[in-house]
Amino acid sequence: MAGKKYNTPLLDELEKGPWPSFVTEMKKAGKKSEMANDAVGHLEKCYSTKMGYWKHGGIVGVLGYGGGVIGRYSEIGNEFPGVAHFHTVRINQPSGFFYTGKALKEICDIWDKYGSGLTNVHGSTGDLVLLGTKTEHLENIFAEYSSRGWDLGGSGSALRTPSCCVGPARCEWSNYDTLDITYNLTQEFQDELHRPSFSYKFKIKSSGCACDCVAAIARADLSIIGTWKGDIKIDQAEVKNYAKTMDIKAEIVDMCPTQCINYDGKEMKINNAECSRCMHCITKMTKALRPSGERGATLCMGSKAPIVVGSLLSWVIVPFIKLEAPYTELKDLIRKIWDWWDENGKPRERIGEVIEIKGMRSFLEAIGVAPQPQQIKEPRKDPFMFYTDEDMAGFKAKEAEEKKTGKYKF
Amino acid sequence: MAIPQRKTDVGPPHYKQFLPPVIQKNYGKWKYHEVINPGTMVHVGESGDKLWTVRVASPRILATDTIREQCEIAEKYCDGYLRYTTRNNVEFLVSDEKKLEPLKKELTAKGFKMGGIGYGITNVVHTQGWVHCHGACTDASGLVKAMMDELYEYFDSKRLPNKVRLAVACCVNMCGAVHCSDIAVVAVHTKVPVVKHELFKNMCELPTVIGSCPTRAISPDPANKSVKINAEKCMYCGNCFTVCPPISIKDPERDGVAIVVGGKINSLRTNPKFSKLVIPYISNEPPRWPKVVAAIKHIVEVYAKNARKHERIGEWIERIGWERFFSLANIDFTFQSIDDFTFMRDTMRTASTFKWS
Repeated sequence: MAGKKYNTPLLDELEKGPWPSFVTEMKKAGKKSEMANDAVGHLEKCYSTKMGYWKHGGIVGVLGYGGGVIGRYSEIGNEFPGVAHFHTVRINQPSGFFYTGKALKEICDIWDKYGSGLTNVHGSTGDLVLLGTKTEHLENIFAEYSSRGWDLGGSGSALRTPSCCVGPARCEWSNYDTLDITYNLTQEFQDELHRPSFSYKFKIKSSGCACDCVAAIARADLSIIGTWKGDIKIDQAEVKNYAKTMDIKAEIVDMCPTQCINYDGKEMKINNAECSRCMHCITKMTKALRPSGERGATLCMGSKAPIVVGSLLSWVIVPFIKLEAPYTELKDLIRKIWDWWDENGKPRERIGEVIEIKGMRSFLEAIGVAPQPQQIKEPRKDPFMFYTDEDMAGFKAKEAEEKKTGKYKF
Repeated sequence: MAIPQRKTDVGPPHYKQFLPPVIQKNYGKWKYHEVINPGTMVHVGESGDKLWTVRVASPRILATDTIREQCEIAEKYCDGYLRYTTRNNVEFLVSDEKKLEPLKKELTAKGFKMGGIGYGITNVVHTQGWVHCHGACTDASGLVKAMMDELYEYFDSKRLPNKVRLAVACCVNMCGAVHCSDIAVVAVHTKVPVVKHELFKNMCELPTVIGSCPTRAISPDPANKSVKINAEKCMYCGNCFTVCPPISIKDPERDGVAIVVGGKINSLRTNPKFSKLVIPYISNEPPRWPKVVAAIKHIVEVYAKNARKHERIGEWIERIGWERFFSLANIDFTFQSIDDFTFMRDTMRTASTFKWS
């Protein structure tokens, strides 16, 4: 390849040290691709001037889709022609990020043919990200991948590529099939994923338990967190084994947030009615403790990063839902959620912000979920509340009933 | 070669074809796992079957040739199966114990770094930075590389009271779950943006630009057919720049980073938490950001020395109090740490019970 050789004294500093170097990766790709080579020169310039040179994304994509490709152009394309166009292609990853060498190598071969050879494995949302190609290659890239069973991921004001933790594939704690639900919802909502029709982005992330390895609670509009309704089963022989290496009182009993564990030096007991299923004891004593009974998930909603008016963590909407294929109840609920958001959201308003503006009541009534104390940390502390005529009729009817029976009902 | 016929809306391939046979057999029937060392763990099924996982560090930006190298290793020792983690490490999945040591030997010989499992520091969740984003006010990959070189011993051997999850965001948009990390670096602008009036009318939409501002600092400027920005209200989030390129916010001398601590994602013991601001500003010093790296290492060391076993940074600080954290860590307390945005009500101390330092 007859690429320009860039002098990169600043980036070279980042090839030293034990942690694997992204600069080494970029240079490796640069040996085969003029685009990647120019990306190295372009980045060295950023390091020397302490600023970036990428323009805002332009509108590029493939026919029939409104997302999956993010346009990227450099302000200094004359100086670095290889990155004048440097678009990103998002490939929807398989659930749980499992691959075979054969499949991944095929992805690489296609990418080397049309793009820079640079990737992110993976992007923050979960897609396999291909960094740097030109507009004229996009249709060919799409044809090559889609004909082999790969599709693009989401971008813009659309359903973003759902993702999940490793789940039942390699974890003893998963309370539902995170991989299957991710695959199933992704297939069900292909139109919403590829053709942006929402007010803003909508993310669905599925974690099998409260460890939340996919960070659903912090960054998904719909966070599906696995849980159970039943007792924690105790293997007392394994408890004895743990006692040999662990201070069970200090590390387990005293650290239980609801103080529902008792250990007398011989036997462990759990008051399951008091347990809030935080997973601390189970993760520390995985051989001795495991949930039993009904499995499912808590649906939380609303989390997002700080832009525009501050970050949010998802909060409880549905305390418990059973999740078994074909997930009809969940899918119906998601459609109702989107309908309400569509009616009430302004452009660039995430659903959490819209719920904040319009109120939980409007939202819960629209999706048919009753108010429950599990949804809140504490009740409101101000007296500025709404009473509908129906609410008042309900209160009055209750009091009339009390007069008849002579018994108060609060 | 001819281009094949495109298909639309096929979605991702079914994951099952990528699961090794031992996983297909024990799917949903794993009994327990054990961490053998920071680079290796073993999962044991109810059937008695075992699956060893060897975790390897990744810079996340990978050249296709490196992916091919990973694939070839997987083909040699793992029947071709491998996976990536939500924090972008690569995991080799071994079902034949005899292949475990030879795999590790080859990984070591090829320069791959094993670690990241358990109570230490694993890969850093980060954004694109100068490598590929228009809004970046620092380079995320460079910061990550500099941080992890310095903290490397916590990846491959040295242990901490609990895991410490690190993140880097190259602007306040914070792609990824940066806002709920034990320690995160957030790049910040520090100056009111400049509006290029002559370009505004052709490139921007007035209501969108006004609506983009969280503090209502933007108002119409009819004389210029543009907008003006109230310097007393603007806190440099850059959201206006995102919707309107002629509003320029980049400033190489003033752009820098802030450090936030004490966030977590999981619900173990205590509820998920946001990270909170402790160091408001450090200058951008590429290529190795020495002061940022020193600050993070310092906070990790103060935590390691003072926290109880199983306490995450945020849990430890909540137990001792933020006033004690600032004094223990010897960090200056500044106006920037007092919330004057949407969370002020929740963050003021409404009692006279506190520690003197």
